[in-house]
Amino acid sequence: MRIQVLGTGCAKCKQLTANAEQALRELGLDAPVEKVEDVREIMKFRILSTPALVVDGAVRSVGRVLSPQAIRELLRV
Amino acid sequence: MGASERTRRIGGSLGRAAMDGGGDDMSTETACCTRDGAATRREAAARTPRLIAWLALGLAAWTGLYLVIEPGAAWVTHRLLGLPAGTRIGSAVAFFLFEAPKVLLLLALVVFGVGIVRSFFTPERTRAILSGKRESVGNVLAALLGVVTPFCSCSAVPLFLGFVEVGIPLGVTLSFLVSAPMVNEVALVLLFGLFGWKVAALYLATGLAIAVVSGFVLGRLRLERWVEGWVYESMRQGASYEGERLGFAGRVDKGVESVRDVVGKVWPYVLAGIAVGAFIHGYVPEGLMAGIMGKQAWWSVPLAVVIGVPMYSNAAGIIPVVQALLGKGAALGTVLAFMMSVIALSLPEMVILRKVLRPQLIATFVGVVAAGILVVGFLFNAVL
Repeated sequence: MRIQVLGTGCAKCKQLTANAEQALRELGLDAPVEKVEDVREIMKFRILSTPALVVDGAVRSVGRVLSPQAIRELLRV
Repeated sequence: MGASERTRRIGGSLGRAAMDGGGDDMSTETACCTRDGAATRREAAARTPRLIAWLALGLAAWTGLYLVIEPGAAWVTHRLLGLPAGTRIGSAVAFFLFEAPKVLLLLALVVFGVGIVRSFFTPERTRAILSGKRESVGNVLAALLGVVTPFCSCSAVPLFLGFVEVGIPLGVTLSFLVSAPMVNEVALVLLFGLFGWKVAALYLATGLAIAVVSGFVLGRLRLERWVEGWVYESMRQGASYEGERLGFAGRVDKGVESVRDVVGKVWPYVLAGIAVGAFIHGYVPEGLMAGIMGKQAWWSVPLAVVIGVPMYSNAAGIIPVVQALLGKGAALGTVLAFMMSVIALSLPEMVILRKVLRPQLIATFVGVVAAGILVVGFLFNAVL
């Protein structure tokens, strides 16, 4: 499983990264959370607002900080 | 959203893999976690009557609280604390105890409402509305959409690129980027709460006008050559994120989320600002500012803008300062110009935009918007 957080380093992006890491820990998954901070890389995902959560290359949430619980639900499918 | 609902969600996701719900058992339905699935929508629909009841109850409680603020503040100040009316300390404390809960309550209500309105205007939809619009119409629409579309300055770059990518003219995009931070719901509520609807309406109308006109002017200047080259090169076709589908319950959730987010973040500024306002209300003599920032000092408007542009504060932090200035005789146009230049143009946003725009374009952008703010300042000082 590949998890990426897209964002240029604002407070919300950091929070989302932390929440994703917590969700992974709680699920007992051993996957790193990749931070994508380069604007050009971010734009490859064709999103309009940050932060965004990408799971296995698919954008799953945009412009909001999901709670660890919401991320757990996303990851479980 | 009751406790049972939460347990259901957690229970539903316990280890059960995606089972597309067809049955009545909610717990299996939520296991399919594509939050836009039919099951989720059905589940949300089941919450609707309960939510409406909660909302009605909340509104009633809100109204009740709002009505007791004024007698409550007077009672606490004069009876409980024993501060006589008419004294400096008495008038400062009464001011604070009345204004602080009033502004916070108004803020919570409006931010909740705006959160719901904004759930209809995702940046994706705004882009779809704007794409293919001609310049003048596009500028007006972009300014209006800037008010209701959720925006945070850290998203300025993706948004800019996304807009340019679908062929939205540069000037129209810039209209949006001016209006989104400048015409701000928190500022609107605070102005309304502290100065009444006239000042609030003035701020809304002039903010929109500056966004429309400066975007239009910047569009005429043909500045595309100052956009970083890779922006136009990187345009590609491909699937984009569609955004989520929300039912009524989802929108209410968004409203609650934005109250928690915004009010949770700005309340200390609001309180600090009102405290400053209260101090000035009680202690600083009337007319102190009139000499420096009054109408007769023509240079006060440009000075206010020059000081305001590099400053960065959110609307909640700056309004109480505005209040203090106005209360002591500063002219409305000057104060409005100061406030707009603080919240519309900020150094951090310019630094972020530097990734896609050449310095010349950023300088022109700041110059045109600052000129618009100047005009508004002079206009109001002259007319009012």
